[in-house]
Amino acid sequence: MSGPGYIKFDTLSLHAGQKPDPATGARATPIYQTTSYVFRDSDHAAALFNAERPGHVYSRITNPTTAVLEERVAALEGGVGAIATASGQAAMHLAIATIVGAGEHIVASSALYGGSHNLLSYTLPRFGIETTFVDPRDPAAFRAAIRPETRLVFSETLGNPGLDVLDVPAVAEVAHAAGLPLLVDSTFTTPYLMRPFDHGADLVFHSATKFLGGHGVAIGGVLVDGGTFDWDASGRFPTLSAPYAGFHDLVFTEEYGPAAFIMRARKEGARDFGACMSPTTAFHILQGVETLSLRMERHVANTRKVVEFLDGHDAVASVVYPELPDHPDHELAKKLLPRGCGAVFSFELEGGRDAGRTFIESLRVFSHLANVGDAKSLVIHPASTTHHRMDAEALARAGISEGTVRLSIGLEDIDDLLGDLGRALHLSQRAVKRRADTARHTGAKRDAGVAQKEAGPRRAAS
Amino acid sequence: MKFEVDGLAAYAYTGSRPFAPGQPAAVFVHGGGLDHSVWIHQSRYFAHHGFNVAALDLPGHGRSAGAPPDTITGMAHWVMRAADALGIGRLSVAGHSMGSLVALEVAGLYPDRIEAAALVGCAVPMAVTSALLDAAKAGSHAAFDMITLWGHRMDAQLGGNPAPGMWMTGGAVRLLERSGPGVLHNDLNACNEYRHGLDTAAKVACPAHLVLGREDVMAPPRAARDLVTALRVVRVIELADCGHMLMAEQPDAVRDALAAAFPRPG
Repeated sequence: MSGPGYIKFDTLSLHAGQKPDPATGARATPIYQTTSYVFRDSDHAAALFNAERPGHVYSRITNPTTAVLEERVAALEGGVGAIATASGQAAMHLAIATIVGAGEHIVASSALYGGSHNLLSYTLPRFGIETTFVDPRDPAAFRAAIRPETRLVFSETLGNPGLDVLDVPAVAEVAHAAGLPLLVDSTFTTPYLMRPFDHGADLVFHSATKFLGGHGVAIGGVLVDGGTFDWDASGRFPTLSAPYAGFHDLVFTEEYGPAAFIMRARKEGARDFGACMSPTTAFHILQGVETLSLRMERHVANTRKVVEFLDGHDAVASVVYPELPDHPDHELAKKLLPRGCGAVFSFELEGGRDAGRTFIESLRVFSHLANVGDAKSLVIHPASTTHHRMDAEALARAGISEGTVRLSIGLEDIDDLLGDLGRALHLSQRAVKRRADTARHTGAKRDAGVAQKEAGPRRAAS
Repeated sequence: MKFEVDGLAAYAYTGSRPFAPGQPAAVFVHGGGLDHSVWIHQSRYFAHHGFNVAALDLPGHGRSAGAPPDTITGMAHWVMRAADALGIGRLSVAGHSMGSLVALEVAGLYPDRIEAAALVGCAVPMAVTSALLDAAKAGSHAAFDMITLWGHRMDAQLGGNPAPGMWMTGGAVRLLERSGPGVLHNDLNACNEYRHGLDTAAKVACPAHLVLGREDVMAPPRAARDLVTALRVVRVIELADCGHMLMAEQPDAVRDALAAAFPRPG
């Protein structure tokens, strides 16, 4: 769907899902801030409720503004349809709840966003869903962890925060060989940098809060169905291939073919869990999507310069970015992410936690907060924030140390970003040196004091 | 509903409902390389409005086994054997694209059993370009792309799908990708080789309803003019803002046209 003749990415970013408003001619997507929609007559109402005709009933299920965003992201990803949700977490939950139930199992990457890890590790077990975490760089580990009751394989396209590049084709092959779909969190890459369906993934979700929205003004998520997975052939997904009593024995795979998953997610998940996106939020995120290409180009361009700057700086012990030759996924990144490896990465500061604190507190252009993918540059210390619930072992598995600092590079002038970073790095090292000097001085005084005390009695004795 | 035709597995979507005695029957026939799900915005409605619905998967398509018949006439006979297997006597038939030729043939060959025929996206003859035939014969994805791009008008590709949150282009490509090896070429070739459509039209006794997309480039309305002349009782409905994938592009208008075409229950 991206070959000759198809409408191109940048055009879809601006137009997909929307026609000039039929009621007013408005060119911009109107915000249909309404909970519900007047039925023409009783038959019209009944037909809408019974999925006999397409249309809107209640904005928890569908909304004209939100539908534009859903269709646009589905088009950009090359999927069959999408559902916008209250957050990225809600999108992830919706994906899982649609096809995984109590007594079933997920195989997931160990290098996940902390919120995703929390859901899988702590919350879903209360509902009878277990997860085995594996090294995202090892497709064989995914294969080895699959059990008869496994229903889903899950990873991020770029691991958080170690930027492990998921070998999507290899892991998809492992999943498909076991009759399982591959779900990926593509928040860091966006469809501009990677279209996971083109590489074998079956389901994609985004925290639209991040790069899709791009301006830090709205929380949202989007779940996209690639329409590629054969749920019937797998035989493991009765929520899609068996009659659903909650909808007059509707069988989603028979009714909707390639769109079975996303239709079940809407007709059950949106209806029953209700984590919908507000139309105003959809409007905000649409404004971001319209400039996705332009922003991602600039995000990546700035990131490359910052990575180069940090990589050559004496105060930096290491930089983790797949475009660097020493990154373990360097070659894979060249293949799967030719347009760039995103704008979020981490580095290790010389001086550990103390240096990190000074560095973060000294930044003036970068904002210290818990988000990524904003037009503005951001910084955070993962071990004490986004990943604070992980123990040391889990942190190590996720590639995080006490001194890891995560940056999300924005769209500011690169000179100002490098200047801000350079100043903060200098101050962090000066602070470390001062503390070392102070410690040395204090230690010398203490040593001298001890010597005096030790000498005193001796002198007194003498 | 799973059943058997000629000893082979066959499938008909019934709106997840059993047939009710005494209700009229509506049979839906899909186009080349597709399956019953193309009728989802229409078939479910009729199943819940007093019709016994059978949206068929032709042999070798969707959930029906066997090799696809290599002629339109062969498909038409299979449709009626399927109706027999389902216990359907008289019926209204709707067909889209290749399925519209099958519906025409059914109406001409079995005039005593057909209440009404709705020919959606129909052209007689239905010539297929060599570029598309060659791509389909080679098993190239380009054939799916051509049908998707020519089948939907530009606005539909840009979006505004009447089904909220769904991307029409993606749905069309994925459905075509599910067709078995050689099936699309078989179907396109059957359309291309169907030469006696106007003779058949003269034998049709039931009312015929042509539902055409005004911007259809695969079966443009002008390509149905001779058919209109040949049919005895005919009503033509041209849908504005509509290409060849009428059921997806204008689902309500197509459903309304079918509702007007099919004799109402009771």
